[in-house]
Amino acid sequence: MSQWLTLRNGEPARLDRLPLLSMSELVAEVVARCEEGERPVAFFGVAEGDLGRGGEAERGGSEPGGGSERAREGILLVVALADDRASLLSLASAHLPRSGRGSSYPALTSYVPAFHHFERELHEEFGVEPSGHPWLKPVRYPVGARAKGELPERYPFFIATGEGVHEVGVGPVHAGVIEPGHFRFMCRGETVDHLEIQLGYQHRGVESLFREGRFAEKAPLAESIAGDSAIAHTTAYLACVEALAGFAASPWAGRTRTIALELERIALHLGTLSALAGDVAYLTGSALFGGVRTLVINTTLAVCGSRFGRGWLRPGGDRYAIDGDLSLRIEEALATVEHRTRRGAEVMFNSPSVLSRFQGTGRVDRSIAAQIGMVGLAARASDLPRDVRRDHPIPGAQAEVPEVVTLESGDVYARAYLRFLEIGRSIALIRASLARLIEQPEPLRGTGPRGVGPLAPDSIVLSLVEGHRGEIVHAALTDSAGRCARYKIKDPSFNNWFALALAVRGEGISDFPLCNKSFDLSYAGHDL
Amino acid sequence: MFDLIRLRRLQGRQYIPNPLTAAVGERFRGLPLLDDSGCGDCALCLAACPTGAISSAPLKVDLGRCTFCGECAHACPQGSIRFTNEHRIAATSRERLVVGTQTTAEGYRSAALEARTEIRRLFGRSLKLRSVSAGGCNGCEMELAASTNVNFDIGRFGIEIVASPRHADAVVVSGPVTASMAAALEESFAAVPEPKLLIAFGACAISGGLFAGSPAVDRSFFARHPIDLYLPGCPPHPLTFIDGLLGLLRGKAGAGDPAPAAERASRS
Repeated sequence: MSQWLTLRNGEPARLDRLPLLSMSELVAEVVARCEEGERPVAFFGVAEGDLGRGGEAERGGSEPGGGSERAREGILLVVALADDRASLLSLASAHLPRSGRGSSYPALTSYVPAFHHFERELHEEFGVEPSGHPWLKPVRYPVGARAKGELPERYPFFIATGEGVHEVGVGPVHAGVIEPGHFRFMCRGETVDHLEIQLGYQHRGVESLFREGRFAEKAPLAESIAGDSAIAHTTAYLACVEALAGFAASPWAGRTRTIALELERIALHLGTLSALAGDVAYLTGSALFGGVRTLVINTTLAVCGSRFGRGWLRPGGDRYAIDGDLSLRIEEALATVEHRTRRGAEVMFNSPSVLSRFQGTGRVDRSIAAQIGMVGLAARASDLPRDVRRDHPIPGAQAEVPEVVTLESGDVYARAYLRFLEIGRSIALIRASLARLIEQPEPLRGTGPRGVGPLAPDSIVLSLVEGHRGEIVHAALTDSAGRCARYKIKDPSFNNWFALALAVRGEGISDFPLCNKSFDLSYAGHDL
Repeated sequence: MFDLIRLRRLQGRQYIPNPLTAAVGERFRGLPLLDDSGCGDCALCLAACPTGAISSAPLKVDLGRCTFCGECAHACPQGSIRFTNEHRIAATSRERLVVGTQTTAEGYRSAALEARTEIRRLFGRSLKLRSVSAGGCNGCEMELAASTNVNFDIGRFGIEIVASPRHADAVVVSGPVTASMAAALEESFAAVPEPKLLIAFGACAISGGLFAGSPAVDRSFFARHPIDLYLPGCPPHPLTFIDGLLGLLRGKAGAGDPAPAAERASRS
């Protein structure tokens, strides 16, 4: 076994420390490490020209088909595996040509199913072929793929045939106010035998946009990766840019950012509880949780002017401080939130009509969850105790480590009830962080993004943040001029959409909206 | 049942009594007021703006591009740009969204929303909306959905979000329009029977926002279909939405009958 580069969450390193293996070595070692309990958190290509290697290739997006010269250029494949027990990330890399000899390799998915979506993404972006991959289909239709004729209308859905089998297609536009995606069901009567989820409708080219302009000024863009996770994605971005600029986040910033992140978690969990109640026609719950959510987001607005926390966190000094008055206001709001949420949950989770819809619906058992690489809340509801806040805390940037709670049933009930439990724990985290803020207040560093110095050249950093859905991963690589050469984003939805597809097997199709909402995944976060 | 009654009583009155006069929190970044008398042409505001919403000489901010991030205000050493919490910033024409140094809150509001009699006649008491998310990051979608909740309750004005374009009077677009959604957006709008309206919700819908320059975006839909109501914001606040809708449907600031033309002219 080779020596991989071992880093902690948010720790940068020079690229020359990243071991370069042959592809066959890489495959063998990844499989061996995953058998020992590690799991993939990053697996992506970087066009070699973007790193300033392989000649005078033009700087541009990592899009295939962007010119014949770029199409011949090879890629550097970067792999990062997480060891949750040791709180370590292990990285290695390999060269791959995009086409011709050496551009195909034995698919990791055949050994470690958790790689399935990563390999599809790599294939779509660069054309390399993970041979033996069972499901090599489009992921998000980037511009280069569309230019080669890969279009959503041509997606090759899995079709079942036989007596009484029928096909139901839903989307991209949906009946409610919701992001677009397509769901293709193969049913017999009401029962779903198979669901295939086709995404990509929300692809905006976010990763490429991170490489344009000044990298330190990308917070507004980070806030828009998935607008309902503005704080979480921005926190991941901040960890990358501050690490590369050698700008250590103060413990004070860590406390403020913890408060912001947990307020976001509470708000989104309440929103999901409200929507789940609505999905089973439990209007009292829908109204109550929706109203309590307003209280939380108006508190966020009181601090930073935005209900979603936009405009708040910035590299080199967050824009808004929590002083004594705001601290009191947050405390008061949390007291009301806690009281009303508990009362509402007590009634809702004891209502027979709600329980009959929630319990046993949309089950994902633990072994499937582990195999496919689930993360976040949905994983914890299937008894998989994964939480970045505990497993990969960023030193100095996180005030408190939460207690990680899991439930075993892996059904809609578990995913709903766990949100209620997490709201309680997030409230406790905020209170602890507020108490410390008052104890040791520090002034805001007022430099802002303009004051953030140049980025370390030829470097790599990964940051992991536990958003309300789960594990967000941002990876940044710089070139020899200290510019961002590659920005890779993994939203927790990237891991978990497949879990929804498995969860509805054998369920009635009319339970699909409920199952979908119980996962509450991001389309924009997946599509980028 | 008694549990449910107790819960209702616990919640108390949830609806905002008059959304047209409600204020948003102090730190909310709404209408910016501009004063370039001290401007030293440092252009730091232009450099700080992530969407190119600012132009100088004379100083202007295009609310259709603005994401209200406030970076320009932080960057300016002279305080030439100051965001107020005036959330009533909807407009019925694209030009009205451009704010200059002469713009006051009252002046903006009196000029930005122009009611059309036929809209009032057709939709004044009942407007059904179909939402099409075409690349929205979910910020706009959440605020659009929030406007139907117990606090904002646009249902009380006869405004509802419906499940099918066939049931709708208007399409509310959010997102910059990704290439992958261009056809679906066109089909959804075509499926709405005439007479119909088009509402652009958020910076991305109005101008492409942060994604305006991206090759993954296809905004040709807007070249074919004029927009009837613009809602600036990233995302727009539900109260901005309500003010804009009622202004469009009922007249200035949704305050009932539209002011006569002579009065409008004397105010602006």
